[in-house]
Amino acid sequence: MAEFSLPANSRVGKGKFHPAPAGAKRVKRFNIYRWNPDDGQNPRLDTFEVDLDDCSPMVLDALIKIKNEVDASVTFRRSCREGVCGSCAMNVDGTNTLACIKAIDDVGGDVNVYPLPHLPVVKDLVPDLSTFYAQYAAIEPWLQSESAAPAKERLQSREERAKLDGLYECVMCACCSTACPSYWWNGDRYLGPAILLQAYRWLVDSRDEATGERLDALEDPFRLYRCHTIMNCAKTCPKHLNPAKAIAEIKKMMVERR
Amino acid sequence: MPNSYPIIEHAYDVVVVGAGGAGLRATMGLAEAGLSTACLTKVFPTRSHTVAAQGGISAALGNMGEDDWRWHMYDTVKGSDWLGDQDAIEYMVREGPRAVIELEHYGVPFSRTADGKIFQRAFGGMTTNFGKGIAQRTCAAADRTGHAMLHTLYQQSLKYRAQFFIEYFALDLIMDDDGACRGVMAWNLDDGTMHRFRANMTILATGGYGRAYFSCTSAHTCTGDGNGMVLRAGLPLQDMEFVQFHPTGIYGAGCLITEGSRGEGGFLVNSQGERFMERYAPSAKDLASRDVVSRAMTIEIREGRGVGPQKDHIFLHLDHLDPALLAERLPGISETAQIFAGVDVTKQPIPVLPTVHYNMGGIPTNFHGEALTIKGSSPEAAVPGLMAVGEAACVSVHGANRLGSNSLLDLVVFGRAAALRCAAVLKPGASHKSLPKSAGEEAIARLDKLRHASGERSTARIRLDMQRVMQNHAAVFRTQETLDEGVRKIGEVRDMMPHVKVADRSLIWNSDLVETLELDNLVRQAVVTMHAAANRKESRGAHAREDFPDRDDVHWMKHTAIFLGADGKPRIDYRPVHANPLTNDVQAIPPQPRVY
Repeated sequence: MAEFSLPANSRVGKGKFHPAPAGAKRVKRFNIYRWNPDDGQNPRLDTFEVDLDDCSPMVLDALIKIKNEVDASVTFRRSCREGVCGSCAMNVDGTNTLACIKAIDDVGGDVNVYPLPHLPVVKDLVPDLSTFYAQYAAIEPWLQSESAAPAKERLQSREERAKLDGLYECVMCACCSTACPSYWWNGDRYLGPAILLQAYRWLVDSRDEATGERLDALEDPFRLYRCHTIMNCAKTCPKHLNPAKAIAEIKKMMVERR
Repeated sequence: MPNSYPIIEHAYDVVVVGAGGAGLRATMGLAEAGLSTACLTKVFPTRSHTVAAQGGISAALGNMGEDDWRWHMYDTVKGSDWLGDQDAIEYMVREGPRAVIELEHYGVPFSRTADGKIFQRAFGGMTTNFGKGIAQRTCAAADRTGHAMLHTLYQQSLKYRAQFFIEYFALDLIMDDDGACRGVMAWNLDDGTMHRFRANMTILATGGYGRAYFSCTSAHTCTGDGNGMVLRAGLPLQDMEFVQFHPTGIYGAGCLITEGSRGEGGFLVNSQGERFMERYAPSAKDLASRDVVSRAMTIEIREGRGVGPQKDHIFLHLDHLDPALLAERLPGISETAQIFAGVDVTKQPIPVLPTVHYNMGGIPTNFHGEALTIKGSSPEAAVPGLMAVGEAACVSVHGANRLGSNSLLDLVVFGRAAALRCAAVLKPGASHKSLPKSAGEEAIARLDKLRHASGERSTARIRLDMQRVMQNHAAVFRTQETLDEGVRKIGEVRDMMPHVKVADRSLIWNSDLVETLELDNLVRQAVVTMHAAANRKESRGAHAREDFPDRDDVHWMKHTAIFLGADGKPRIDYRPVHANPLTNDVQAIPPQPRVY
């Protein structure tokens, strides 16, 4: 039987250990994936002990503390620190999430921090999201309408507007797509949950008139139908959205228009 | 040494630096107008800080009752404490309804009224009939309006096939000997390469510098990089002493709780359970201007009526509101309060504190977005080739204090105005004047020096020192003594910059070096902020001097223009306030006592 293992240059080695400062009482270990494209070395896991009595509550707070006080070369994206920009998406404790709204106390044992899975790594916890962004552009995610815009706003009832709730809030962090086994296998051709959620956001917007064209563009064995309702997307979404349901709704629209 | 950095050349009609609301609105407008446009941004566009704007965008649509752009203008001038330029304010508020309708047509998922129109809520300082009633003027997409707008503007930029350079960090402007801006130097974080962007117009849309302070609602990336570049180019920044404290940042974490929460009926109480805003602003109460509310809260805490074990914060109550209303209109802050304060807003009050939120100051511009400087006898000399929009700019529509929901309006109105101006003055594909071969090398040399910096003080340590000085000395209330001490201390922080230590020497995604370059920008802005504050001997808007408690229109109704010399020493000059509107459709609003 064939054996699968990581290529030799991808095997994660043991890295440096940075002990907690003397006198620390509430110590938590953070094992952080490190990889530097410049040094030709294999990736490694560095371990940092953090005194939680001297650290704010979120995983991002600990990462920033480590960068500020122990190793300034630890590299990760971050911006808003309140769960709205989607920058600090990473894999914490085995689950893709936003580090800024993931409480350290929610992790029992060591906190293992890896980049989002199944994406090329640029450095440490920074993955390459360019394919993900290109897929977003590919669904033409803007309002399309043949009829001339009125002088005032297009009217939309509260019920119609409510259909966008649970969709427009997506922060494009890519946690869901990179948690999806179908996306792992076919990420080049399957659009993945985040992008399909956005596709559905336009399909159900009462102001958009390109429903037919949008469905045509998704009618493809890969782009849409690689969703096998594994549901990792809904489980992992840090904003509590449900991409799997949006995908199911698109599939229903496909059936209904036949 | 700069020779060891190969430089990749680019030429465009226009280069936009920054992809928040203003940068994106400019970028899509430029692309739509057929100008070749590059938009450089250090974060992917939808991660820009506009995404965190919550409550809404003001515009006198009148969807919820009678409204008039003249009332909006009055409120904005009064909110600015008469430091705003009335021509620019007239331009902005008149453009408001059209700008919001345009956003709706682009697809922004605004909340709706029962008859399907854009929903509008009450906001601080927004009134009807010149202060007599409370206006519902702030157009909202629940409490995620900035998110909805930013995503929509990025989508429109995709529609017009604008060209983005994502995760490029802008280093410095390329200025020629005639004082014209000819483009910008940038570093591509993804592969470590250096880039020279030549352009017939460079538009800075780089946002504010909230991170100069220890506690702010601003994102980590709000470091005012464009302001830093402008100071290094020998150009002035304007009204930097005016820093807005938002009344309701979550105690401890600093995360924003929208003013819209008070617009929907929330109110502040002290430790005695008193709705104290009734004493400070009998008419507007909790919906007074932000500077007024922040001062009232600070006084309550100072006089021993703060809440909590340390009596050092205030409670914001939403628990009397209908849970269904909270779920529909304030879902985002309900979630944020749960995560960062452990509070269920339907049952408990949110602990809040005035928190640094917005910079009224920035790059002086006219209402076309053209950057201005003081040259000879002209206080209005346009800098050829340079524009600024959004929080980075000081048009000035916000004067000494911005009204809530006027910033999102500012972004789209002046982002669009800049694009229109470019379309009017630039010819697509026009040739570029030749540049000296060495153009931009100073920027690379600066990067190289910091990259190899091996002093004894970490970037994080110097940054923390700066943030503490700003927090303690350029606070809600100020005195000559605290400001003079602040000037001395921020000078000491600046003097530590040559001793900075950078640990990461790489060029690919070297975030240690990014943070150091950002710190270099922040420290310069902190220095000019503190000096400008120590210089202004009156109280106006967000600049509240205990030793000069009154506004002094005779001596101080003027803009501060502050330069930073190559020796690191600031030089202060002034520009007149434009006290007259743009057209005869409205009367100038003369200075009055500012009472809410």
